[in-house]
Amino acid sequence: MESLARSLVSAAPAIAGVPFWAVTLLVMVATAAVLLVFALTFGGLGSYVLRKVAGDIQVRIGPNRVGPYGLLQFLADGAKLILKEDIIPAKADRFLFVLAPYLVFIGSFAAFVVVPFGVGLIASDLNIGVYYVMAVTSLVVVGILMAGWASNNKWALLGGMRAAAQIISYEIPVGMAIMPAVLIAGSLSLQDIVRSQGGLQGIFGWNLFHNPFTFFSFFLYFTAAQAETNQTPFDLPEAESELVSGYNVEYSGIRYAFFFLAEFGDMFIVAALATACFLGGWHVPFFRADALPPLWGNLLSLGVFLIKAFGLVLVMMWVRWTLPRLRVDQLMRMSWKYLVPLTFVNLLGVSLWLLIFKGKGIPQLIASVF
Amino acid sequence: MTRPAEALPTQEMLINMGPQHPSTHGVLRVLLRTDGEVVVNARPDVGYLHRGLEKIGERVTYAQFMPFTDRLDYLAAMNCNCAWAWAVEKLAGIEVPERAEYIRVIVCELNRISSHLIAFGSFTADMGAFTPFLYSIRERERVNDLFEAICGNRLTYNYARIGGVSADLPQGFIEKTKEFLDYFEPKISEYNELISYNKIFVHRLANVAVVSPEDAVGYGLTGPNLRGSGVKFDLRRDEPYSVYPKLEFDVCVGTGERGTLGDCFDRYMVRINEMRQSVRILRQAIAQIPEGPVATKVPRVFKPAAAEAYVRTECPRGETGFYVVSDGTQNPYRLKIRAGSFVTMNIFEKVTKGLMIADIVAVIGSFDIILPEIDR
Repeated sequence: MESLARSLVSAAPAIAGVPFWAVTLLVMVATAAVLLVFALTFGGLGSYVLRKVAGDIQVRIGPNRVGPYGLLQFLADGAKLILKEDIIPAKADRFLFVLAPYLVFIGSFAAFVVVPFGVGLIASDLNIGVYYVMAVTSLVVVGILMAGWASNNKWALLGGMRAAAQIISYEIPVGMAIMPAVLIAGSLSLQDIVRSQGGLQGIFGWNLFHNPFTFFSFFLYFTAAQAETNQTPFDLPEAESELVSGYNVEYSGIRYAFFFLAEFGDMFIVAALATACFLGGWHVPFFRADALPPLWGNLLSLGVFLIKAFGLVLVMMWVRWTLPRLRVDQLMRMSWKYLVPLTFVNLLGVSLWLLIFKGKGIPQLIASVF
Repeated sequence: MTRPAEALPTQEMLINMGPQHPSTHGVLRVLLRTDGEVVVNARPDVGYLHRGLEKIGERVTYAQFMPFTDRLDYLAAMNCNCAWAWAVEKLAGIEVPERAEYIRVIVCELNRISSHLIAFGSFTADMGAFTPFLYSIRERERVNDLFEAICGNRLTYNYARIGGVSADLPQGFIEKTKEFLDYFEPKISEYNELISYNKIFVHRLANVAVVSPEDAVGYGLTGPNLRGSGVKFDLRRDEPYSVYPKLEFDVCVGTGERGTLGDCFDRYMVRINEMRQSVRILRQAIAQIPEGPVATKVPRVFKPAAAEAYVRTECPRGETGFYVVSDGTQNPYRLKIRAGSFVTMNIFEKVTKGLMIADIVAVIGSFDIILPEIDR
């Protein structure tokens, strides 16, 4: 952030008179605004795509009234949510009730900061990137529990308790499943992890094909992360047919919209992290985007990253409309009896592989033979 | 450090599931006493949809009661229509032309398919998979089209009449029905591939809410719920009425194929398999249907002699029985309706003990209850 501010000052001497901290702050706010706009647009268009995909899978049409092909449906929905009456139940804990949606939204939105969108497109390349994502997304559980408790509704409370148990349980397999990528890159920074996958041309530099254990850990991560972000088939906290709608049952209007946006934000974060850690991030197959001039390199890598991430988001939607829901005890069993041991064994396997083959993956080993 | 138990007291929570709840299939209210997610006790509280159908039956004439039977089980209105007609015909000793009986069997079996489709679809939706519901609606739409061609209505048909049916089959109906059957039969296998043997789905249903064959008989379960427990009892075969003796079909029973005999999965599979049998019955019925009149003349002022009759028929949700007492006037003296879903509620409290909250939804879905039949 500071380096960006410095280059801005050197590029435009006119603002050199302004105190340096002010310029830095300005850059920060601008970056945050860009990310927010991206998150909101993704939430809006994501909801449209989700409904179109659902329509396609379910032999219906989906939204088709507002704008061409119903493309503006999300604007209509957004306007409706803003204009709706904001109801706070009489017996609710007002302070917590009002606070909860923001915590949930911040938890998912703050993770966008370290998403490596392109060669140089990252709001802040923290050297603890992966750890940071794990930390801020845990904030969501506080918000959800708060929402469930403050609503003073038993269904909401049950949803909140389910969410707390679920998110905490699945954080361990998620963290452990992503560790192989960290081990290979030798860094927690997401940008470093992405760069470490550019070694070989084509898709063979990806961590996914590094060794059998990383291949497996991609699927472990994707499954566990679906559960951690309450996506179907692990959407128990908001199980419509059991808990009516779970922790957000008493929310309406814009507060509900925040929960909704957070859900889409989570979807994107899961997809983005999986892309960055296993699918080569912004690396263009058979092409070196970072060798291009900055503008074109960034644009190209951004496009490639988004295509990969959106592809995974589509897979999530597809899963969502195909599978039924697990029961809460089955969900816990799956985490503690299967995913946690598997991810640990997997991590051990990756570590041993790196030790034995001196950090080389299968494609590299094959390449070294010829 | 261990704390004494009384320092951290826990309390059972009383939750009100319904009458407004997405998975109670109507206005059923279940009082859940839970210990966390585990249900200690679930007591169904019925009566939110009570309309006094039996009393209404005593205040209207026999013919006028026909539209009310549509509202007894709105997902299987044809079956209820015909059940009422058969009851009154037995009471008054009316002979019904054979073509009319065939038409009744055809519409009853079509309605059984559409009712089981809704049971299948809403059950999977309760389990969190929303997509199969829309597939089942797609197929049901075609049954509705057939019924619309017959009687102009798509939900409350009011098609049967005392002494026959209100109108003959429209032109091309037999062909359209054949078309539908050819289209529909492969779809059942598609459902099985899509959801029935899905691992999550099986895990949610197998060994949940097991009803032993003794309990099923003891608590008076009927229809698919009874057969799900492995009891081979079907009124169409064991106490045949109408033209069912001339038709060949198998009685589907639960086999405990994925868990214990009589669990939710067995009840679910019985319905899936029954749709196949209905298709089989329909194919025979449309091949055998004779020409002829579709109704006998019944006097406009219809006064059966003082008598009483009980007729029970196999409806999609179990046995629907009409007990009619006539005192020689235009109205029944007494009418008692026996409905499958209402009797099923007896065993609800027993089988739900110790289940999870999510299982309650599975139990309600697997019993395939419908509220107008419970509350009447």
